[in-house]
Amino acid sequence: MADQQVHMRVWRGDAAGGEFKDYRIEVGEGQVVLDVIHAIQAQQANDLAVRWNCKAGKCGSCSAEINGKPRLMCMTRMNLFQPGETITVSPMKTFPIIRDLVTDVSFNFRKAREVPAFKPQPKDADGKRRMYQEDIDRVQEFHKCIECFLCQNVCHVIRDHEENKQAFAGPRMFVRLAALEMHPLDTNDRMELIKQKAGLGFCNITKCCTEVCPEHIHITDNAIIPLKERVVDRFYDPIAKLLGLYSKKTSD
Amino acid sequence: MAEAKYETHDYDVVVIGAGGAGLRAAVEASALGAKTALVCKSLLGKAHTVMAEGGIAAAMGNVYPEDNWKVHFRDTMRGGKLLNNWRMAQIHAQESPDRVLELEEWGALFDRTKDGLILQRDFGGHRYARLAHVGDRTGLEMIRTLQQHAVHKGIDVYMECNLQRLLTDGGRISGAFGYWRESGKFILFKCKAVVLATGGGGKAWKVTSNSWEYSGDGVTMAADAGADLMDMEFMQFHPTGMVWPPSVRGILVTEGVRGDGGTLKNTKNERFMFSYIPEFFRAETAETEKEADAWYEDKRNNRRTPDLLPRDEVARAINSEVKAGRGTPHGGVFLDIASRRPADYIQRRLPSMYHQFKELADVDITKEPMEVGPTCHYSMGGVRVDADSTATTVPGLFAAGEVAAGLHGANRLGGNSLSDLLVFGRRAGLYAAEYAKSVKGSLAINNEQVDTYAREMLAPFETKGSENPYKIHSDLQDCMQDLVGIIRVESELKQALEIIQQLKQRSKNVKVEGNRHFNTGWHLALDLHSLLTFAEAATLAAIERRESRGGHTRDDFPNTDAKFAKVNIVVRQFDGGLRLAQEPLPEMPDELKALLEEKK
Repeated sequence: MADQQVHMRVWRGDAAGGEFKDYRIEVGEGQVVLDVIHAIQAQQANDLAVRWNCKAGKCGSCSAEINGKPRLMCMTRMNLFQPGETITVSPMKTFPIIRDLVTDVSFNFRKAREVPAFKPQPKDADGKRRMYQEDIDRVQEFHKCIECFLCQNVCHVIRDHEENKQAFAGPRMFVRLAALEMHPLDTNDRMELIKQKAGLGFCNITKCCTEVCPEHIHITDNAIIPLKERVVDRFYDPIAKLLGLYSKKTSD
Repeated sequence: MAEAKYETHDYDVVVIGAGGAGLRAAVEASALGAKTALVCKSLLGKAHTVMAEGGIAAAMGNVYPEDNWKVHFRDTMRGGKLLNNWRMAQIHAQESPDRVLELEEWGALFDRTKDGLILQRDFGGHRYARLAHVGDRTGLEMIRTLQQHAVHKGIDVYMECNLQRLLTDGGRISGAFGYWRESGKFILFKCKAVVLATGGGGKAWKVTSNSWEYSGDGVTMAADAGADLMDMEFMQFHPTGMVWPPSVRGILVTEGVRGDGGTLKNTKNERFMFSYIPEFFRAETAETEKEADAWYEDKRNNRRTPDLLPRDEVARAINSEVKAGRGTPHGGVFLDIASRRPADYIQRRLPSMYHQFKELADVDITKEPMEVGPTCHYSMGGVRVDADSTATTVPGLFAAGEVAAGLHGANRLGGNSLSDLLVFGRRAGLYAAEYAKSVKGSLAINNEQVDTYAREMLAPFETKGSENPYKIHSDLQDCMQDLVGIIRVESELKQALEIIQQLKQRSKNVKVEGNRHFNTGWHLALDLHSLLTFAEAATLAAIERRESRGGHTRDDFPNTDAKFAKVNIVVRQFDGGLRLAQEPLPEMPDELKALLEEKK
């Protein structure tokens, strides 16, 4: 694709309101949406607010909705679109607007604080810690999360229901909780939190979060569903209840 | 009173920057009971550390029991062309294994050996497989682990808050001043100690792996407060950045590709690194392809592949190949792992490289070679610090990580950055907290000074000028790329200095539109001061060092010079300008000298 002009519609505004503004701008070979936003910033709208850092899909800063689809701007190639197609860029809908493409994602940091920390079991007798690759493969998948919060943005439990944010932590936090619960060395018990305060039960596994994950983490299948199973085992399994079978973990 | 005019907070220790060094410093200071604030320009967890790929260098000996701190010390010193601060290199090599194990205590999950221990990988300039890693996303694991640990320790975090000026009282640190990016309102911290953990200034170059955050803030704040800068001539150009398409030029390709078996080739399909083995590394480098390939499996009987020479050597070699007409049409060389390792191995070891090339360049690295070329990556120089305590020459000011100078000398080995962050981040937090406790009496904030800073920072809204901050930044990037790049020559360096002076004048007439509310144009306008200061210090030091060593190559002085082997170039503020001095390296104890002389 040689240099050609595209028509971009970028949402401009703040908490009080805003509108889509039109920009016509040259696009160079191999460019991504973030390059085009930067070009608009440098040439036509110096004060256009946008977050970014790594520009390589590793930091999760430049989340937005492109033609209505939640994506990282730095990993969305311009040649994905038809020649002549108008490309719309708007901020993530689930979070309050700060300005232009920048939203207030503090919800996620608040929820992260509520997750009880990692608490390891004692070391081996020789002072070392041993874990085997096959036992950590799944947890390493969860650790790939770059906290772009696209899964939180797309989750309909909170996307259209502000009131649910109190009692629902969202897919990102379920991935984090699953990572801790399945960590071979962890001893903390977070099942009560998962069931109550984090609101796992609200999730009806529509897999929207999995679809938008730029790291291709199997959020629903590998994190949420196993957590749901653990909740069922703990709180609803009549035999386990009768025998008082509890995991090695303790509440902290 | 400044306190009445500006949002004001009171702390013992303020840590500026929340990458690996800043987080580790804050954790330590807070654990010692110091009231600690962690202030960062981006959201928490987005700092450069998150982009680090290859691993953390630490002589744990999990893969090669022969490895120990002495070997790591030797590798680091030789990689830095012996210009390193020996004491920092010693502390670093001795303490990094404990710092890695500590991350495991806090929940990090490194890749494992068959015995269940932390697996270690090969990297340039390291004698043994030494880098603790998680695939090719080690930085993400490290920053997330530290971030979550810090959050649970109750450290106050100020996100998207940009501190721009340090405040002093009688020569001692008394605070820091800056603004909230969201509201544009000013914020004043009163404190006893400041830890700078702000990273480097690589965004002054055009082809760079660095983000907007790398504007040289820490170096500039320190210099403005009277601290010494050191080794600013040494910029690391990482040999392997992406070169195509143009929009991704400069994005990092991990050295882990070569650590895991990838090799560099020119368009004649030659493994050209065999022609670029310097005398200094000849005894420890393989001479044939056969030996190089065998080294991956058996390090006891074979010498290291020249593909894994230190970064300065490899970057210069690639530069020469391209200049000699053996480069790709896009101005790079080939990095081939596809023909050397099975596809599933590549995908498992290098998942984010696979992803990055597939999505951004339409290249499947399990099937085709990558195209790579040098990219501005890391600043070896920075603020001069005391080796043990990380104290700068300004009382109450500490510096750790990339912003500090000394550990890496003239060239940093891959993997030694993440370990640097942990080792010296912890020490900065420790000594800053101790210093804060020792401060007697109260420290004053100079109200006039603060008001002056506030006025300076608002000037871009009020000026009659019409300069676009983005244009000045891109002009600076062109200047540094063309004139202060991998290969330097006095006439071009002097030309760069003139351009920087012109840009400084132009930056006084920068005009920004709109209001203070998350105004990225204004943010960049304010960063120009530090970008230009960083560029000027780097250029001045580059003129002064009339030799070639490590990350500083002079076409007009192509060899090393014994005279310059004994000195650091120091830059400091004097009379409103930057002044240079050559100062002697600290004398290394004989027992450490002996380690360097051992053949293997």
